[in-house]
Amino acid sequence: MKRSLQRVLIGVKAGWQREIRAYFATPLAYLFLAIFLFTLSIFTWDVSGFFDSGAADLAPFFSWHPWLYLLFMPALAMRLWSEESQSGTRELLLSLPVSLTGLVIGKLLAAWTVAAIALILTFPWWISVNYLGPADNTAIALSYAMSWIMAGAYLSLGAMVSALTTSAVIAFVVGVVSAFLLTAAGWPVVSTSIRGLLGPAAADTLAAFSLLTHFETAQRGILDLSSLFYFLSLSVLMVSLNILLIQYRRRSGQ
Amino acid sequence: MLNVESLTKSFGAGAAVDSVSFTLGQGEVVGFLGQNGAGKSTTMRMICGVLDPDAGDAQLQGRSILTDRLEAQRLIGYLPEGAPLYHDMTPVEFLHFLGACHGLGRATLRAATDRVIADARIGDVARRRIAGLSKGYRRRVALAGALLTDPPVLLLDEPMDGLDPVQKQAMRALIARMAGDKAILISTHTLDEVATMCSRAIILDHGRIVADLAPEALARQHELGLEAAFVELVSARRRPS
Ligand SMILES: Nc1ncnc2c1ncn2[C@@H]1O[C@H](COP(=O)(O)OP(=O)(O)O)[C@@H](O)[C@H]1O
Ligand SMILES: [Mg+2]
Repeated sequence: MKRSLQRVLIGVKAGWQREIRAYFATPLAYLFLAIFLFTLSIFTWDVSGFFDSGAADLAPFFSWHPWLYLLFMPALAMRLWSEESQSGTRELLLSLPVSLTGLVIGKLLAAWTVAAIALILTFPWWISVNYLGPADNTAIALSYAMSWIMAGAYLSLGAMVSALTTSAVIAFVVGVVSAFLLTAAGWPVVSTSIRGLLGPAAADTLAAFSLLTHFETAQRGILDLSSLFYFLSLSVLMVSLNILLIQYRRRSGQ
Repeated sequence: MLNVESLTKSFGAGAAVDSVSFTLGQGEVVGFLGQNGAGKSTTMRMICGVLDPDAGDAQLQGRSILTDRLEAQRLIGYLPEGAPLYHDMTPVEFLHFLGACHGLGRATLRAATDRVIADARIGDVARRRIAGLSKGYRRRVALAGALLTDPPVLLLDEPMDGLDPVQKQAMRALIARMAGDKAILISTHTLDEVATMCSRAIILDHGRIVADLAPEALARQHELGLEAAFVELVSARRRPS
């Protein structure tokens, strides 16, 4: 038991180090961070009129997170496993005496680390909201934490999808589409039309599986344990699928 | 050291590897021969745990690749076909990554890295990006990776493929230096390499072993020598049955 945990940790460390190096050895992480922050500014300042409202509140800023994540997290995760298959290094990786579970988690953690850096770099928003008036910093910290955990859920989906294909571009497209479905199910525009088509029960059930719905309370700084549980179990599910997919391909040889 | 028992694998129609069995002892350098598509790579992939067999098993010093995967993998150095590498890394970073996967400690890893960099003669490119290295260097970096933990069993899948005569000569010398305390399986489809390097040749055709003998014995089977004997062996099975 202790020995297998130790092995998983060795895999986590190796996978994390490898991917962090890959992100920062190429312009990928820098480009990601720059475009993410730029897009987030456009949406919060221009579209939501952050300063116009005059309220010392980050809710308009957080409300954009699910929508940006559904595009940006698949971009961050798209090459985690697809590139291993594409370049043939998966062949080498699977021949090493290293825990597959550990590698899957380690690679995901590396992407999650870049997501954390992106969130940390949004500190000017936090500073400006405190400048505008007395802000509820506990609530803001909670929103940040939940946003990061939600980013992990999007990333685990993207990483799982990248194990399905040898093409990072396909992984990105499929990742965005599935992330969109998982987000938009709770979007009022979509849920009203589902309500009309399939009835309120179907609309509510679908919305219950939406990341958007679960982030709603968090973006107002309220802790909802069921949402936390939802994000975490979605991530665990995706990590398990990711491992199973690689094991399946080890059997099928594809 | 390596005991392969009835390994079998099919991809859809027909068996790519059909009940292949052999053993490799310490000090043996064995040529794994066969035409393209004979099943050499598929067999090697099953031995090192990259591909699950439909049936059969491979044991490394008694450890099964099926039931004791990681412990068995610890005993193998594998050079996959085409020598895939992480192109964004330098050779040193690549070796450190492999060491991290093996769970090597810092001091052990440093000593091992220095040793294989010297053995594979990649010292002058050790801190350059792999993406910019020539094919010969890349092959040696991949080989250095396979040698990192000084494993008792080496599986080299077409190590000479795409190398020029000088590079081939260097690779041959390196393999010769490593032989002795290891069991080495070298897949190839060129015969002269087997004659110069190997003490034994296993010939695979359509997924089955058709011969397992010393290269000299194989050459004696045909008055025109090794190549003619090989052609005769692998064309015998091509006749419709
Ligand atoms: N992943 C795979 N999917 C489908 N067929 C495969 C796969 N790998 C190998 N094969 C088939 O199995 C046979 C043996 O291939 P391989 O082991 O690569 O031969 P060799 O290495 O001797 O050239 C070939 O007919 C090849 O087409
Ligand atoms: Mg081959």
